[in-house]
Amino acid sequence: MAFSVEEVREKTREIVQPWKTGKGGLIPILQKVQETVGYLPEESLVTISREMKIPLSEIYGVATFYAQFHLTPRGRHIVRVCRGTACHVRGSLKIIDSVKKMLHVEENGTTEDLRFTLEPVACLGACGLAPVMMVDSQTFGRLTPDKVKGILDTFE
Amino acid sequence: MAKIKSLDDLRKIRESTSDLSSARTGQGTVVVVGMGTCGIAAGAREIMNSIMAELARRGITDVAVQTTGCIGMCEKEPLVDVIRDGSRVTYGPVTPGDVATIVAEHVVNGRVVDSLAIGRAD
Amino acid sequence: MQIYRSHILVCGGTGCVSGGSKDVIDEFQKELERRKLDKEVLVVHTGCHGMCELGPIVVVYPEGTFYCRVQKTDVAELVEEHIYKGRPVSRLMYAGSEEMPVVPHYKEIPFYSKQERIALANCGYINPDNIDEYIARRGYEGLGKVLSGMTPAQVIDEMKASGLRGRGGAGFPTGLKWSFCAASKGDKKYVICNADEGDPGAFMDRSILEGDPHCVIEGMMIGAYAMGADEGYIYCRAEYPLAIQRLKTAIAQAEEYGLLGQNIMGTDFSFTVHIKEGAGAFVCGEETALMASIEGRRGMPRPRPPFPANSGLWEKPSNINNVETWANVPRIMVNGAEWYSSMGTDKSKGTKVFALTGKVKHTGLVEVPMGITLREIIFDIGGGILDDKKFKAVQIGGPSGGCLTEDHLDAKVSYESLTALGAIMGSGGLVVMDETTCMVDVAKFFLTFVQKESCGKCPFCRIGTKRMLEILERITAGEGKMEDLDTLEQLALMVRTGSLCGLGQTAPNPVLTTLKYFRDEYVAHIKDKKCPAGACTALVKYSIDPAVCIGCTKCARNCPASCIAGEVKKPHVIDSEKCIRCGNCKEVCPVGAVSVE
Repeated sequence: MAFSVEEVREKTREIVQPWKTGKGGLIPILQKVQETVGYLPEESLVTISREMKIPLSEIYGVATFYAQFHLTPRGRHIVRVCRGTACHVRGSLKIIDSVKKMLHVEENGTTEDLRFTLEPVACLGACGLAPVMMVDSQTFGRLTPDKVKGILDTFE
Repeated sequence: MAKIKSLDDLRKIRESTSDLSSARTGQGTVVVVGMGTCGIAAGAREIMNSIMAELARRGITDVAVQTTGCIGMCEKEPLVDVIRDGSRVTYGPVTPGDVATIVAEHVVNGRVVDSLAIGRAD
Repeated sequence: MQIYRSHILVCGGTGCVSGGSKDVIDEFQKELERRKLDKEVLVVHTGCHGMCELGPIVVVYPEGTFYCRVQKTDVAELVEEHIYKGRPVSRLMYAGSEEMPVVPHYKEIPFYSKQERIALANCGYINPDNIDEYIARRGYEGLGKVLSGMTPAQVIDEMKASGLRGRGGAGFPTGLKWSFCAASKGDKKYVICNADEGDPGAFMDRSILEGDPHCVIEGMMIGAYAMGADEGYIYCRAEYPLAIQRLKTAIAQAEEYGLLGQNIMGTDFSFTVHIKEGAGAFVCGEETALMASIEGRRGMPRPRPPFPANSGLWEKPSNINNVETWANVPRIMVNGAEWYSSMGTDKSKGTKVFALTGKVKHTGLVEVPMGITLREIIFDIGGGILDDKKFKAVQIGGPSGGCLTEDHLDAKVSYESLTALGAIMGSGGLVVMDETTCMVDVAKFFLTFVQKESCGKCPFCRIGTKRMLEILERITAGEGKMEDLDTLEQLALMVRTGSLCGLGQTAPNPVLTTLKYFRDEYVAHIKDKKCPAGACTALVKYSIDPAVCIGCTKCARNCPASCIAGEVKKPHVIDSEKCIRCGNCKEVCPVGAVSVE
């Protein structure tokens, strides 16, 4: 999913279009751009700024405030290991460690082949099944360190 | 769908709906899989697929398979309810290997699988 | 005509005959004759009972005892026990009948028997993607009742009388909150649902949205009618994709029925609702931050006043309640304020949903009347501690809450009682901890969380929590000093008083409660350089008991640091210098020879 600078501008303009007249569009626009492009390249922020007439500084401020937004490319699959309280007391640190070891990445790091990005997340709200992790939109519960490899192997 | 204009319209829908919740008699058998995020994380999707496959394998077409939200018994997920003969029995934790037993015993023959059952509701 | 004291009805339908009922009848005749009971008891061959899969079926009158799957070999026992001695044979009785429930009813399972499900009434029962099922469970009846016969003022009075208080954490009376917004002048008003459930350990809002999305929408509509709003926003965190999807379906179905849109139920009341996806910021659970986020800005809290009731979303009067609060509203309207206020304590009415997690046997979502004790929740409903370990503490209220001890287990749960103990009701997360949980580590965990989620506006919250975290990190690494404890307390009080919003004001709670109730654990970390729970890796030491070790080499093979040495079938030794304290050896040891201290 690699887009050229021109394509990023084009896609961003399309996404911005329906929000030009409404209000409160900045966050949904950023969400949509990230969903389409995979992250928020500088070009997209500049385009949003021009089209929406919002200062770039303000857009940058919003994009860096929320944990969801990323200014650098990410892996094809996002691994979110829950670090909520329930997961913590049931051993989520060991799960994170085994993911780190397996992928050779640190928290918020991306593997060199752009296959995975590891993102710890505050709470996935599946505390009854702690410890829990999410790969993309799939949730996996009652994890043990040795279950992790089998799960990650299914994502190419 | 007709618009609801009054309390009477609402009442009509209420009376005509054969809902999952009351397990009314005279209604066909229904299998309900708990598909909240917890349930899915515990493998409910796999269970759902096994149920569909088992019903297809046996050529059963008059059993409805439905989904519901989280009932709160996370420890026992994945949860499967069978509604038959006016009662609703909850099973859990259900593994794909249990599906054939539940379908053969309870869905087809009406015998509650005691070893897997957690409880029943009206 | 001969009078028989008893009749044995044996089914002679096709199904039962093929199951061997003919043999059963013959056997009964033989057995009765043998015992000379054939003059007193009549064996009757009947038609089909319609329960062929349970056949052969035998019914004994006058008791009406229903036996199923009776085989020839069972007959002697039935005659001996039931006919002769008058004792029904339970192993052959029909298990599914109302008289003899083998599968316990939900009401009889400990997990449910103490629960009172109002907000969760439909969760796990109805198909959330089918509006008709919601309506079948009296859904939208509350809205209908309100629109067809109550003035907005009456609705607010009803809410006030119900005693419902905000379930998001602070416990502000809902009816009173509505009355502020209702009194506020404006041509445009908004109602907002706070579904930015961010407390680690709480997931009741997600479950309600996933399991019963319509009740939240209906609650918002009733509120909108009472306050004079015509537009609503549901601010849901993006980590809950399923909840968002179910909400979208629910909104579309309600629109199709005309329950959302213009002139609802033929009245002047109109209402539309939008979903806004959060972008991952815990502080957005604070109402002014949440509104800033809907407007597309950084989600940072602002000082109040002006309160949202006067100037909220886009500077219009707005009212914001959380998911569980809205979910209670339709039920209060249908059943009445008196019904709702009959549950709970003097000042905390109704029920509260708790997410019971951690080291407890039955994790899950429980909805209980206010005033229940923590002991009842954890031990009666939750079944006690996992692996029968010793209860140590329960963390209540998330990062803003506190850790309570065994001494508090009999406290009655209410907004007031929990605040008095130094914790808060919060959104209702209950994380149970056992003897292997280190309380200093728990305090560090929560502080790490709030430090990361602090929006940075107030220096006390931004820098104060950072300094506190550094101290805790020092203590758990074995480098703490006794005066650190005083510094922690001082900082905690400053952060509490110097912060603008709830996040900062309550951030020190986990540290303060653990310092108050588990001070000895802090002292052990500092003075003895030991972690009593064996959880802080820098302070523990793994060793192998040579008397127990069987020399299976499993630990050595699983050690990532290759610091375990020993020959096959001889005791192994851990090199503490090299050990990284991962605990793998303890986990894989088949004989439990590895100990940690």
